[in-house]
Amino acid sequence: MIIFDAVAKIYGGRRVVGPLSLMIPKGQFVALLGGSGCGKTTSLKMINGLVTPDSGRIVVEGRPVGAEPLSALRRRIGYVFQEVGLFPHMTVAENLAIGPRLAGWEAPSIAARAAELLSLIALPPDVGERLPAALSGGQRQRVGLARALAAEPAVMLMDEPFGALDPVLRDALGQDYRALHDRLGLTTVMVTHDVMEALLLADRIVVLDAGVVLADGPPGQLLAEHPDPVVRALMETPRRQARRLEALAAGGDHG
Amino acid sequence: MDDRFAAAWALLPGYLSQHVLLSLCALLLGLAISLPLGVAASRSAAVRWPSLFVASLIQTIPSLALLAMFYPLLLALSAVSLAWFGHGFPALGFAPSLIALTLYSMLPILRNAVTGIRGVDPAVVEAADGMGMTGRQRLLWVELPLAAPVIMAGVRTAAVWTIGAATLATPVGQTSLGNYIFSGLQTENWVYVLFGCVASAVLALGADQLLGLIESGFSARRPWRIWAGSIGLVVGVAAALSPLMATTTTATYKVGAKNFSEQYILAELIASRLRATGAVVSTKEDLGSATAYRAVASGEVDVYIDYSGTLWANVLGHKDNPGRAAVLSALTRTLKARDGVTVLGAVGFENAYALAMRADRAKALGIASVADLAAKAPSLKLGSDLEFLSRPEWTVIRDAYGLSFARQTSYQPTFMYRALADGEADVISAFSSDGRIAADKLVILADPKGALPPYDAVILLSPRAGQDARLRKALSPLIGAISVSAMQAANFSIDRETHKLGPAEAARDLAKSAGLNP
Repeated sequence: MIIFDAVAKIYGGRRVVGPLSLMIPKGQFVALLGGSGCGKTTSLKMINGLVTPDSGRIVVEGRPVGAEPLSALRRRIGYVFQEVGLFPHMTVAENLAIGPRLAGWEAPSIAARAAELLSLIALPPDVGERLPAALSGGQRQRVGLARALAAEPAVMLMDEPFGALDPVLRDALGQDYRALHDRLGLTTVMVTHDVMEALLLADRIVVLDAGVVLADGPPGQLLAEHPDPVVRALMETPRRQARRLEALAAGGDHG
Repeated sequence: MDDRFAAAWALLPGYLSQHVLLSLCALLLGLAISLPLGVAASRSAAVRWPSLFVASLIQTIPSLALLAMFYPLLLALSAVSLAWFGHGFPALGFAPSLIALTLYSMLPILRNAVTGIRGVDPAVVEAADGMGMTGRQRLLWVELPLAAPVIMAGVRTAAVWTIGAATLATPVGQTSLGNYIFSGLQTENWVYVLFGCVASAVLALGADQLLGLIESGFSARRPWRIWAGSIGLVVGVAAALSPLMATTTTATYKVGAKNFSEQYILAELIASRLRATGAVVSTKEDLGSATAYRAVASGEVDVYIDYSGTLWANVLGHKDNPGRAAVLSALTRTLKARDGVTVLGAVGFENAYALAMRADRAKALGIASVADLAAKAPSLKLGSDLEFLSRPEWTVIRDAYGLSFARQTSYQPTFMYRALADGEADVISAFSSDGRIAADKLVILADPKGALPPYDAVILLSPRAGQDARLRKALSPLIGAISVSAMQAANFSIDRETHKLGPAEAARDLAKSAGLNP
């Protein structure tokens, strides 16, 4: 469970987040949705202490952020972001081993875990010996995801995790991750600016604008009529696309 | 040519081992300071700007001046340490050279460490933080490995600079490959100069190539290159340092010499007489004029030869000239009482600062004395050695005769004589015992007012050596034994263009002509 309790963040005299209060129950897949500058990434980074709030507090799994060294907190939370940030001087297997090493696992279980993770993200075992530079963009993104999962975290934070991929790959990887989320019983918070992605993957969508919650609810509820005009406009595009696709599927054509 | 090359080659193990030891220590110390400082600087702008500023500032100081600066500083520290803790430390030689070169090596390592660490991809740093690495883990596992190629490039630059600048440690009393260059320059032994330059260049290039191999190993992630480069370095350093292991006997006596031919010869003469007693002797050459006296006073050298007028004017600060005997007895008394330095006696000849001209030119202008010169000086050019114009003797003679030249230029002594021969200078500050005076047909201008003090060559002993009966017995035959013509001939034998002798050979001939028993 993750709790935001009246959290605010101010940069250069401007309030970019807050006051924000949210409660994310265990096992939920939440998408933080909004345009650039809406405060979604800042909110996400406050969960693992990469950004420190100026007021309010955040509680992760019963412990307030800041009550223990941040490194200890972060080792229990998986973190995936668009640039991936694989360590370029380490092989894929070494990258995958970092989390378990930090968590103090024994060497044999670390090696076994690397092999297990590769199969989890559907990559052949020999990829483990390669350097990140020898991988395709999609493979890198998968390895980044596997690396975040390596130390078996209960909470996953994802910042535009599939943003750099082409649409087909993006959809496939999204579906794969959603399956993992369910299978492993994770709590996931994903930042995205892609409405379709949020609708298709998340259990719950929180729309942020200028650092405050504009809408908060399950995808179906947001997709239906919403009182806020900004949210309505946001949902209009996928709705129109869906109608169009339906018409196409029913045998209609352009014109 | 072949003889000189062979002589230079024979000196190589000793010079090279000292040079490598000094450069290595300076580089390791520089690395030990700059790397942590670089890490701190990459983390905090409050450390970054001041440290880079200071390192750049040090870099703007000419390396020779930087080396020279630490001698007086260490001397003062040594005096403080002597007063507080009861023992001082040597202010000459290794210590000042090490400090100066360490400071000199810092900028490239520091700057590249900062650039390298700050240049690590922010996404990689964010991943390291996000996964829960501590600052230390992030540094050791991620940032330093990724910055290693850039840092190694800085180490390479620092190594090349340090090895080059280490040749300048010679004038502060540290043996290095610079010994070839400095003594070669003094005695116009161009084989030595070239040998020193080539040796230090080869050393610098070799170190650069091996470090380059390590650097490329880091950037291309080829561990064998890192190993090969490291093993090459270790083997090379061990080979260069092996002469040091062999000669662990420490010198019983240290003989000092200033930086000109006569001093090299006299130091060799003294050293050979001390060796004849069975003692182990080392020499410290190329000391600066003031440095040499401080070195004997502090016991860093046991014996060297100085000149009464120099001591009178520079060490005691007198401006008058009470006459030869009075100067000598006052020096003997005062130096003993003030610094514990013994004036063993005058060796017989005088090496006075004097103004000299080409004989033909002096005759044409009708100049025979400094008084005649004063009238013509405004249209003449003065050439001096590097220190004359800042010495009190110059002030004294200038004021006594009202000298004012059209131009004053300082030269290395060798080039000063060239300038006089070529007409770039009309008058020079010569030394009366210089062999080139007779050889180049120069005249020394008379000093009718007696403005310049006498310059009897005297043997000075450190406080410890002054108590040493064996040393005194070995050196006392030198007193009164060497005439100015004998000294001129000896000086000329190593200053001349052809059939040059080395200082040791010249000392042997001098001992023979002065009738000294070995």
